[in-house]
Amino acid sequence: MTLVLDNVSKKVGAETHIGKVSLTLERGSLNVLLGATLSGKTSLMRLMAGLDAPTSGRVLVDGKDVTGCAVQRRSIAMVYQQFINYPSFTVYENIASPLRVAGLSRDEIHARVQEAARLLKLEPYLDRKPLNLSGGQQQRTAIARALVKRADLVLLDEPLANLDYKLREELREELPRVFAASGAIFVYATTEPTEALLLGGNTATLFQGQVTQFGPTPRVYRQPHDLVSAGVFSDPPLNTVAARKSAGVIALSTGGEFRPTGVFAGVPDGDYTVGFRAHHLGLEPSGGDLFAIPATVSVAEITGSESFVHLDASERRLIALVPGVKRLEPGSDVTAYLDPRHLFLFDGTGRLAAADVAQQAA
Amino acid sequence: MTDTIAIGTADRKDAKTGTVAANRALAGPRVNGKAVVMTLYLVFLMLPIYWLVNMSLKTNTEITSGLTLWPRQITFDNYIRIFTDQSWYSGYINSLTYVVINTVLSISFALPAAYAFSRYRFLGDKHLFFWLLTNRMAPPAVFALPFFNLYSAIGLFDTPWAVALAHCLFNIPLAVWILEGFMSGVPREIDETAAIDGYSFPRFFVKIFMPLIASGIGVAAFFCFMFSWVELLLARTLTTVNAKPIAATMTRTISASGMDWGMLAAAGVLTIVPGALVIWFVRNYIAKGFALGRV
Repeated sequence: MTLVLDNVSKKVGAETHIGKVSLTLERGSLNVLLGATLSGKTSLMRLMAGLDAPTSGRVLVDGKDVTGCAVQRRSIAMVYQQFINYPSFTVYENIASPLRVAGLSRDEIHARVQEAARLLKLEPYLDRKPLNLSGGQQQRTAIARALVKRADLVLLDEPLANLDYKLREELREELPRVFAASGAIFVYATTEPTEALLLGGNTATLFQGQVTQFGPTPRVYRQPHDLVSAGVFSDPPLNTVAARKSAGVIALSTGGEFRPTGVFAGVPDGDYTVGFRAHHLGLEPSGGDLFAIPATVSVAEITGSESFVHLDASERRLIALVPGVKRLEPGSDVTAYLDPRHLFLFDGTGRLAAADVAQQAA
Repeated sequence: MTDTIAIGTADRKDAKTGTVAANRALAGPRVNGKAVVMTLYLVFLMLPIYWLVNMSLKTNTEITSGLTLWPRQITFDNYIRIFTDQSWYSGYINSLTYVVINTVLSISFALPAAYAFSRYRFLGDKHLFFWLLTNRMAPPAVFALPFFNLYSAIGLFDTPWAVALAHCLFNIPLAVWILEGFMSGVPREIDETAAIDGYSFPRFFVKIFMPLIASGIGVAAFFCFMFSWVELLLARTLTTVNAKPIAATMTRTISASGMDWGMLAAAGVLTIVPGALVIWFVRNYIAKGFALGRV
């Protein structure tokens, strides 16, 4: 099955939740909706599911318009961020519920429930009520219910956000594997760029109810179309600095300049915004032709094996992610180094003007 | 008494080392303040009920002749007469009939209404919701006359339905408020998950939703039962003979020989029983019900 959103928009009162989104999701694909809170991930999923009707535009399944079609008659499954199960049913009955409604035979139901329970390691808990389980087990139950249905469209709305770190890692690995065999369209909403990269597949970056870019995840990461997409797909936040190119030299507003070669040499003179990720900004020269940005340390956060160093560079807040534990006193002066090959160069309207694709992979 | 004995044994144990306990013993027997207050409270609370039961087991002569704390001569004649005299026991049957009709009507109309208030936004929903509650603020006497006139005109007068429908006026709003509170405690995503799983709305409502708010339904039914059971004014105005409620029967016991105190007390005891029974079933949820499900 193919799901097509055709110029879909959703307004609630005067507020636009989703504005003119067009997306085509292919059968058997894994699609990540990536965006900050309130960027419209859930709204978009609800439109895909048919829980909300779009204000304008159409939703097509295999070319057929299903815009006004009731949820009950669509082949979908959904898992929410909150652990949603039927509290009065046992785990077994929870998982079996979509099959019971569909009127499957008792043996078939039993076989499918057992299979899902085995995949999601729920076998010991089948006789319990969901509220007597841990958060991870409750969410597994919800996922199992979505799985047994063998729906054509599986929507997971930040399914791991309310779980602790360990469980999240474990389930994240399992999820795509568990659903891969079903051949369903798999949509996964998340706020975390790292999660999108780990899941792979395709990514749609969402910003203020708009899909700013959609494509294979690594490509969206390495070649953002514009400043907004790059910002969404960046954690810690993308560093941005105003820059000017004139007479064959790119100069940053924070200080630091270089004489571009390759892709950057080709862009016309003018004002640009330079974007770069935190781990590309270093505090030690690594050789080659580098930007040297004079800065003052504001805060240094140490995570154990890495340090996030927040720098003030002439009114700009930059973040550098550097390996090892750096003990830097706030207020001390440092020089930050940036390899120009890792730059994204955005023009005045925020569109990508140039980026060294090969180097972004590094 | 037991307290002083306990302190005495403690003294013996501490005799070698300390004198604190001994000093306390010298100050006199310790009085458990909490127990005293609680006992007094319970005595005051139970006294009228005890007096009612007490009276119902006495003869009229004993009641009127002087103060006796318990029946000198226990008699069950009052109860026997209530259960054998048709004009008495039919009062209970009539009351129970309209109370049950009213409870069933109120809950079955309040359930969909409360669901709508809890789940949907529609024009004037908040005003309508508040207006429902203001119905409870109007004294029933205001409505007695229009009801009387209306029911006489359409032939409902002096039937259990007349009283049951009239009581809906204040019981449905109450039930809607209570049920809305309980329903809003159920996440909306459960409704959606059920729809995604393929449940039709009626099936979802009965199979999944109602078990989740079962305690709310119980509490709402209890309140409908209670308010309908104790309401006298409308019940008496809208009935004459065939549907006369027990409370009305009780107010008409003055005979040639004066007030029949014993009978009245026995009828009173029997009137308390259904309420007490229902309270027993919902005792754990009543506080939540009084807070209209918003705890």
